[in-house]
Amino acid sequence: MSGVPPLVLIAGPEQVLADRALAQTVAALREGTPDLEVIRLQAGAYAPGQLAIEASPSLFGGEKVIVLADLDEATDEAQLDTLDYLAAPQPDVTLIGIHRGGQKAKKVLDTFKKSGARVIDAPAIKSDRDKVDFAMNEFRAGRRKATREAVQALVDAVGSDVSELASACQQLIADTQGTIDESVVARYHGGKVEATGFKVADAALAGRTSDALALLRHAVAVGVDPVPIVANLAAQVRQLIRVGAAGRGGRSADLARELGMAPWQVDKARRTLGGWDGESLGRVHRALAAADFEIKGGNREGGGRDPHFVLERTLLRVCGEHANNR
Amino acid sequence: MSDAAAAPTAVRPIWADLVGQEPTVTTLSQAVADPAAMTHAWLFTGPPGSGRSTAARAFAAALLCPEQGCGQCRECRTALEGTHADVEVVATEGLSIKVDDVRDLVQLAAMRPSVGRWRIIIIEDADRLSAYSEAPANALLKALEEPVPRTVWMLCAPSVEDVMITIRSRSRHVRLRTPSVEAVAGLLERRDGVEPAMARYAARAAQSHIGMARRLARDEDARIRRHDTITRAARIRDVGDAIDAAADWHKIATEESGASAAERNASELRRLLETLGADPAARTQPPHVRSQINQLEKEQKSRATRLARDMIDRALVDLFSVYRDALVLRSRGRSPLINEDSRAVVEQVAQSLSDERLLLAMESIGTARERIAHNAAPLLALEAMALDLRLPR
Ligand SMILES: [Zn+2]
Repeated sequence: MSGVPPLVLIAGPEQVLADRALAQTVAALREGTPDLEVIRLQAGAYAPGQLAIEASPSLFGGEKVIVLADLDEATDEAQLDTLDYLAAPQPDVTLIGIHRGGQKAKKVLDTFKKSGARVIDAPAIKSDRDKVDFAMNEFRAGRRKATREAVQALVDAVGSDVSELASACQQLIADTQGTIDESVVARYHGGKVEATGFKVADAALAGRTSDALALLRHAVAVGVDPVPIVANLAAQVRQLIRVGAAGRGGRSADLARELGMAPWQVDKARRTLGGWDGESLGRVHRALAAADFEIKGGNREGGGRDPHFVLERTLLRVCGEHANNR
Repeated sequence: MSDAAAAPTAVRPIWADLVGQEPTVTTLSQAVADPAAMTHAWLFTGPPGSGRSTAARAFAAALLCPEQGCGQCRECRTALEGTHADVEVVATEGLSIKVDDVRDLVQLAAMRPSVGRWRIIIIEDADRLSAYSEAPANALLKALEEPVPRTVWMLCAPSVEDVMITIRSRSRHVRLRTPSVEAVAGLLERRDGVEPAMARYAARAAQSHIGMARRLARDEDARIRRHDTITRAARIRDVGDAIDAAADWHKIATEESGASAAERNASELRRLLETLGADPAARTQPPHVRSQINQLEKEQKSRATRLARDMIDRALVDLFSVYRDALVLRSRGRSPLINEDSRAVVEQVAQSLSDERLLLAMESIGTARERIAHNAAPLLALEAMALDLRLPR
């Protein structure tokens, strides 16, 4: 027996977690029943009666699983039919409902729960801390040890997209051995756009000219798109300006909330601000805006400069402003 | 070129909404009346809001109407709406026109008109034919080089420089000018029933952009957003303020694009439901209708990007007018202020900035417009601009 009850509810907005819960549930069902039939219905584009038709026993018997997706967009007919089904479930059928959140089809949700469904949560992974916890869990589930720094570096590198983060974790689990530390993450994701962008920005804003230029050359060599490198620098300068403008007093957690940043970002910005004042950050920001335009092909009259040249000149400008402020 | 003095005695009703464009009306009316003055490709240029598309549609109506543009008959009405069977209006939803779309149009152009005397193809954003590559423009060129007897192309663009020279040279050029504030205000009063004072304010604040003026006259939120955009300029003192102001402008413009999209999206949805014969009042729609709705929503989303960019541009035009007004005040010039309704803001800016600084501010706004038009990151471009708008403490 698979151990999966006849009713399963996957509830919450995080697609990665919902997809995974669904895959695991179906896999568990398949273990006992290799020829399991899987039927997918969209509750948002639902033809009345569909559920009852699919759930009715087929001529040749056999077990099936019905996945009722988009319950959060369910039509009235879909809701009524689901309630009918929950009142009288079919033997040999497992019904998996997926609801991404919100008030729609609330009664269906409650009835699922009251009918003894297994409820699997798929909560949103939004903050940096959520992402670190998520990745930590991934490694734990893969029976692998990962250092906190390594996980943070991974989140910095690919964390903007949770599904990419999930697949990066799986790749590291599959492809490496031993403890996953920062050097492992750097080896696998050092060439990634975001990681490179972050590193170039960090080095430039700390005034480490030769590091910044070396990182940039590496990035260009591996074919990293220059546009996100500028975008990344601009995002960091923007944060420095905003944190700087808020003054030095106050707890970073409070300021983080006020500015919509993560506390660690505020702390990091405060450390970096040592080498800067508002005026020089303003000049750097203007240079970045000009670089963004030039790299995207603007200023053609200026000779159609090669993006690498533009980036290098901009980095030198950033490092130069930092040096003047020390 | 003929001028206003040579206008025919009776201007047909179809041209009524084309205010302040007497020379153009003359040229187009003559082409309608006299086959010798007609040609197969026309290029309408003029500043945004001057009525390029209105002119092209009115011209199409006049060509199809049995009475050369009565403004009342079915031909006139459907041509203006862009729903006439022989009038194809291409309004770009994306940032460029695709070469495949042009090829489809060229095929369409080869066909005889189905009901009327002419087959007419209006391309509202001909400047986007060569936005990223010249392939779409070249595809069109072929059709212009081999005219089809009863087919007329009408291309609209901000200026002739925005259109490939080979296309320009094969089409007859009609230049629309910026209508006067009085002409636009008059149109708002006559056509939209706007009160005289409001019509004057809207026409002046919109700098004679007809669509924008209509919006300002009829939508209080649009007036509030414009006012917010302008007053924000007087509160920038330091680097932090500049970053905050840029974020606000970005937000105001995005809200505006959301608001104006909402209206249009809803009417498109209504039209789609009508076409499908679905009940618009139904709480839920059958699956085949839903899938069409999803498709429509996808298109509307991709359009939002371009709309937001246009709205930011519009906000920058508004912002520019503050510094322009400040220069007028400083020079004690007699030309009226665009922002008469926000005189306090203009005075503060005029007192705080020297002529040189005002010119620098205007140049920076122009730079930001150019950058955003060329795909630069909008927020970053606005921030760089805002840094140049700082007032001394
Ligand atoms: Zn007519």
